[in-house]
Amino acid sequence: MNPYEAVVGIEMHLELSTQTKIFCGCSTRFGAEPNSQTCPVCLGLPGTLPVLNRKALEYGIKVALALHGSITPRIKFDRKNYFYPDLPKNYQISQYDLPLCTGGFVTIETEEGKRKINIRRVHLEEDTGKLVHLEEEAASLLDFNRSGIPLLEIVSEPDLRSPEEAHAYVTALKAILEYLEVSNCNMEEGSLRCDTNVSVRQSGSQELGVKVEIKNLNSFRAVKLSLQYEITRQIDALEKGEKVFQETRLWDAAKNVTLPMRSKEYAHDYRYFPEPDLVPFILSEKEIQEVRKSLPELPEERIERFKRDYSLSSYDAGVLTSEKALSAYYEASVRLLNKPKLIANWIMGPVLEQVKDPRDIDRFSVSPERLVELLEALERGEITQLAAKKVLDVMVKTRESPQVIIQREHLAQIQDVGALDRLIREAIEENPKTVSDYHRGKESAMMYLIGQVMKKTKGSANPEKVNQRLKEKLEETKK
Amino acid sequence: MEPFRQTAHALIKLLEEKKTSTKEIHDALRERVAKVDPSIHAFISLDGDSETPSSISEGLLHGIPIAVKDNICVKGRLTTCCSKILAGFRPPYHATVIERLIGAGSFPLGRTNMDEFAFGSSTETSCYGITRNPWDKERIPGGSSGGSAAAVAADLAIWALGSDTGGSIRQPASLCGVVGLKPTYGRVSRYGLIAFASSLDQIGPVTKDVEDCALLLNVIAGHDERDSTSAERPLPDFRLSLKNDIRGLRIGVPKEYFAEGLDGEVETSVRQAIDTLKRLGGEIKEISLPHSRHVVAVYYLVATAEASSNLARFDGVQYGFRDEAGDLLSTYAQTRAKGFGTEAKRRIMLGTYALSSGYYDAYYLKAQKVRTLIKKDFDEAFTHCDCLIGPVSPTAAFRIGEKINDPLAMYLSDIYTIPVNLAGIPAMSIPCGFTKDALPIGLHLLARPFAEETLFRVAYTFEQNTEFHERKPDVK
Repeated sequence: MNPYEAVVGIEMHLELSTQTKIFCGCSTRFGAEPNSQTCPVCLGLPGTLPVLNRKALEYGIKVALALHGSITPRIKFDRKNYFYPDLPKNYQISQYDLPLCTGGFVTIETEEGKRKINIRRVHLEEDTGKLVHLEEEAASLLDFNRSGIPLLEIVSEPDLRSPEEAHAYVTALKAILEYLEVSNCNMEEGSLRCDTNVSVRQSGSQELGVKVEIKNLNSFRAVKLSLQYEITRQIDALEKGEKVFQETRLWDAAKNVTLPMRSKEYAHDYRYFPEPDLVPFILSEKEIQEVRKSLPELPEERIERFKRDYSLSSYDAGVLTSEKALSAYYEASVRLLNKPKLIANWIMGPVLEQVKDPRDIDRFSVSPERLVELLEALERGEITQLAAKKVLDVMVKTRESPQVIIQREHLAQIQDVGALDRLIREAIEENPKTVSDYHRGKESAMMYLIGQVMKKTKGSANPEKVNQRLKEKLEETKK
Repeated sequence: MEPFRQTAHALIKLLEEKKTSTKEIHDALRERVAKVDPSIHAFISLDGDSETPSSISEGLLHGIPIAVKDNICVKGRLTTCCSKILAGFRPPYHATVIERLIGAGSFPLGRTNMDEFAFGSSTETSCYGITRNPWDKERIPGGSSGGSAAAVAADLAIWALGSDTGGSIRQPASLCGVVGLKPTYGRVSRYGLIAFASSLDQIGPVTKDVEDCALLLNVIAGHDERDSTSAERPLPDFRLSLKNDIRGLRIGVPKEYFAEGLDGEVETSVRQAIDTLKRLGGEIKEISLPHSRHVVAVYYLVATAEASSNLARFDGVQYGFRDEAGDLLSTYAQTRAKGFGTEAKRRIMLGTYALSSGYYDAYYLKAQKVRTLIKKDFDEAFTHCDCLIGPVSPTAAFRIGEKINDPLAMYLSDIYTIPVNLAGIPAMSIPCGFTKDALPIGLHLLARPFAEETLFRVAYTFEQNTEFHERKPDVK
């Protein structure tokens, strides 16, 4: 047993994909000209007042319900006071003692099976602007387009015990958020951001070790790698009898290390107090029920349905539902051709090999219709498995139909037994040593000869048939 | 006829009868300001002639201009809260009240002087210098809306807008002998009012008589979707409450408002006013507001806590004054050290302290709890009274410099006005007498939330049966 155990908690910040900002009517579109999506309210000009965007609240409730959390019926905001140039009012409107949601959980798959990772709280707040430091001169520029974009903070309990679990948690959480269609969940554009808290302790101990916060995590891979690095670092320190200091460290993705954040240590006192510019309002059970009714099928439910309706394994169902778009692609294909297992294998194999990132399935050049045409040809025995993969490769590049490619490339399976026999004979004649190896009982010799025949047919022969005919011919040569 | 001496409702009548013109009114006012204001300094700036578009004279208010306190945003015009830290700030938008006034055919005449960020009761903390009381130029006009009250009292403006966080409309109205109303919290939109304490601030009218006060409230009140704290309630025509009849109205006299610290002359005038209301048919009864002794303490925790956060945005980054130093932190520190005056710094420090971790429960939270008790006192009183009555200020106008170095004495001058803001109820100051030195004394009328109509009825009746509002300071 490992003498040390890691304790990890994760804070996720999610920009909600509402049309307008949380407290004003400005657009939330990403990538616009700096400061083109601002108004006196999100610039924090004196005299302006916030007005809550009900859509942002609705999205927050959706997330809370999807995470099985309990919703605080009295919605109240607080001011978090601190000075920074990207915060135009020098306070952030957030939620402090009464977050939108408390409790809840995310189910993850671990080596020991399913595990519930508890959620501590989910709260709404406004995003800050962006500070751009110029390199060529000692100056910084401010872009307030992001200022006031609705932000949902989702804080887990420190229930995670390994980098792998942390990765599984963020992946599962992101899948839920994508299914809810409440955010673009795009880490590169910053619409999804993660910070982790990690400490180590003696296995079996109930006390928590000194925790370190890791920031600057720009991918889920970085979440995992940084935790691997940091856990090792902390264990090494303890082994050497050194102390782990409570601090914030930044992940350096180029060097694969965490480094202490170079900033002065301020004892932050955010002086939270209730935001007097917004009146608390009460959510009725009816309003919550209406949002509940609007919830789509979530990944966990979809996994169960895929297992039940398509007889898929947990693993297959998990992969196919990891991205909403991927599961939609799968289901669209199954609707056209009732071969759920075959389609699952093809999507998880050749298709994902081509697509690389499952999120890009929407932009994949082969539609479910075309994929099914190809698989139908395979099912009819018109082409071999090998040929089908070749056809798919061409389809991806040329966007042609599988039939056009099969004909042009002569990939239709050889039906002519005479032609196949001729090629088998050639293979036997060209490889006398292998043939005698075969007769001496060397199994691999058979495989080699099949390969030689397949090569001559350019993959267009049925390997089963080749196997059968080759065996017969080899028996003949024995006599 | 000197137009500047008129009330707005009288001018509307004269305009409708074509006995005067918008231009005549405007010219007379500008001339009056040029002649008289150098000795009063009610205005810190005047808006130019270009601000009098002829189209504006079409509305209900026929182009009658209004003086505007320097913390209410007027698009494109300097709006500085009389603070150096907002030097050069021109808001790119109008406050909702300004939009409504322009919509009704009025326009801003100029910015009036005030205590910096409305922190004060004497208009002595303005970065533009003091304003003098038109009744005695050696005395303060009250504050923080001292410029607005002095302008109306000295006929430098027909009427004015002020803001009231703890008495900033009513106390200067009282000390200058004019009418001032703090509407119910939520009655008037705060959008465009540069916040002092968000849960206490209200914009309200400063006028020459009660009728103008009702007329002005009609224009500026009502729900505003840009202010979440503005109430969605039906808006009555307040002029319909101007009835010379208070028979059967139950008027409570809080005994705590006639305790130690109240000047004898003020008490005499207020007691005479109570007798007048009794003679006019009001049912006078003594009542108690037991938590009154805590109001100053509660107010200076809640108001400064909110102010410390509201004023955080003045950091020299986006607008206003900046004193650039070597790094960000020093720039913040120097900008704020040089941009804010002494009283502003004192209140920011107080409020920051009250919200600090370890002190929050003992100060801010406890203050909020006592605030609830103060509000309950009023709820209880209004179960058997329609209106409460008392003095506005413990003394008449005090001398310039008398309390400026004694913050506690200054804070105590708001002891009767503060509870109204803490409870969110409406209250009004109307002239009810003079000291032997000819300094005005104000009568404080308080009503339950959204019962401004009761205030107008009592105030109008009192005004119709007395002559205090007709007496004018001798200003040349």
